[in-house]
Amino acid sequence: MHESSFSSLSTATPATLAPVIQVEDAAVDLAGRTIWREVRLAVQAGEFLAILGPNGAGKSTLLKAILGLIPLSAGKIIVLGQPARRGNAAIGYVPQRRHFESDVHIGGRSIVRLGLDGGNWGLPLPFLQPRKAREASMRVQEAIDLVGATAYADRPIGELSGGEQQRLLIAQALVTRPRILALDEPLDSLDLRNQQGVAGVIRQISRETGAAVLLVAHDVNPILAAVDRVVYIAHGQVAVGTPQEVITTETLSRLYNTPVEVLRASDGRIVVVGQAEEEVDSHAHRPR
Amino acid sequence: MSVSIAGVLPPFTPNLWQDIQVMLHYDFMRQALLGGTILSIVAGLVGYFVVLRHQAFAGESLSDVAFTGALGGAALGLNPFNALIVATVVVALVMGVFGERLRGRDVAIGTVLAWVLGLGAFFLSLFTANVSGTGTGISGVSVLFGNILGISTGQIGTIALISGLAILALLLISRPLLFASLDPDVAAARGIPVRVLGLGFMVLLAVTVSEATLAVGALLVFALLLLPAAIANQIVTRPFVALVLAAALAVAFTWLGIAIGFYTGYPSSVCISLLAFLSYVVVVGGSGRIHHTFLFLCTRKEGLR
Repeated sequence: MHESSFSSLSTATPATLAPVIQVEDAAVDLAGRTIWREVRLAVQAGEFLAILGPNGAGKSTLLKAILGLIPLSAGKIIVLGQPARRGNAAIGYVPQRRHFESDVHIGGRSIVRLGLDGGNWGLPLPFLQPRKAREASMRVQEAIDLVGATAYADRPIGELSGGEQQRLLIAQALVTRPRILALDEPLDSLDLRNQQGVAGVIRQISRETGAAVLLVAHDVNPILAAVDRVVYIAHGQVAVGTPQEVITTETLSRLYNTPVEVLRASDGRIVVVGQAEEEVDSHAHRPR
Repeated sequence: MSVSIAGVLPPFTPNLWQDIQVMLHYDFMRQALLGGTILSIVAGLVGYFVVLRHQAFAGESLSDVAFTGALGGAALGLNPFNALIVATVVVALVMGVFGERLRGRDVAIGTVLAWVLGLGAFFLSLFTANVSGTGTGISGVSVLFGNILGISTGQIGTIALISGLAILALLLISRPLLFASLDPDVAAARGIPVRVLGLGFMVLLAVTVSEATLAVGALLVFALLLLPAAIANQIVTRPFVALVLAAALAVAFTWLGIAIGFYTGYPSSVCISLLAFLSYVVVVGGSGRIHHTFLFLCTRKEGLR
């Protein structure tokens, strides 16, 4: 199951670069249950990875392990040459969303700004360090421009639509100019038009900034055109490779350990039928 | 006190400057304005985060505890202010520790609070029967509704010290606390100690409620804590501007309330809370929306009566 990851690596990206993320035989146990194990993965700069699989399979867990938020029970994860640790400013993180309630009356720009200096102690004192303050607001504007949110960046975030909020949250993750962007179901609960819009923004960011993108998705289709490789997690097993390699009847049947059929529509969209559908239903009521 | 002096004091004149001078001529007025200013700054600053964090219920609960704490202290012959500050801080810490597990358990919390208030009523009767009039400088009515005109020089010192520390602490943690309040998951991933900040904020809230109880009383703490912050939150979208505006509004309400109380003879706490309430209705009504906090306030206050 892992050969594909290494073969695609050498073809898709220059092998001379050290990977920005290296996952070596990692495993995670939560509450005595093994979520997944023997995960091997190397992510190169600028790569766009989709993390797929049924609900409850441990997609978010993989993201959180890379962020250093969940301890490993075996193996190790190296991020930019160092063990994964909490608070790494080189990773921009957009967790699974929860949107802002309508009574949150803080401007989008201030929300983005928190990504830059929200962890600093003390008050921001722009009149003491005018140059620093100017640079900070330029960085914020740059991130807002990248996600195309300039038109509504100064409106209260609670009054914005889900797609607009999502763009601003991605801007918040981008404002530190991270080398890795970790997005947990950023397209979840968006309508189709906004799904395509946000997916386009993410693809454009990965091209323009050269950041590696790890995107947890429920449905691969909105991002299929942008994805370099997919990480498919099911039943504690993980398969890594290009969508053509991984999302196949053979690979998914092996992962699910039951017959699964992968259909490709004429426009390239992928439909997985069989066990995967039931799996989705049985986990539909997961707590958020 | 404020009612009895009304007859003796000079009447209000169209000459505002002279009115202010007359007001400042009195020691108790200078102390009330000074103490009220310090209290209002803390209440406004802390209140803004209460609004952001949706902890209005916690603030209200702590004011019930403050009522019981103060009367319990008085009944047992302790310093009422020390008693209430200890009681509120302890309860705030408990609420902070169990914070996540208490979410959505409003029936359980309501039950405990009813008991706390009942205990307060018990202390009140104990206190009126045994200790009242022995010179502890406290009455049941002043705990419930506050008496900012009765602040002594010694109390000003205590208020200034505690408030100064509270303001410093709050400004120091303001940015991480803002991040943790708006976006706890991202803040935690950034290495911000979200839980510790939450606990620290509960302590600040407890201290603020305790102090504000002196000025406007346990039942009207909300006027200073929540209303200026809710107004600021409504009209400004930049958090640090809103923070300063909340403090400024709280100070303005307190000054105006005390002045109106001085010239009309009504208790200042009533004037302060009425001013804050009217401003809130105007601002929220003006923006055409009814704020969650407002709905909460109405139901909560009705429920108490």
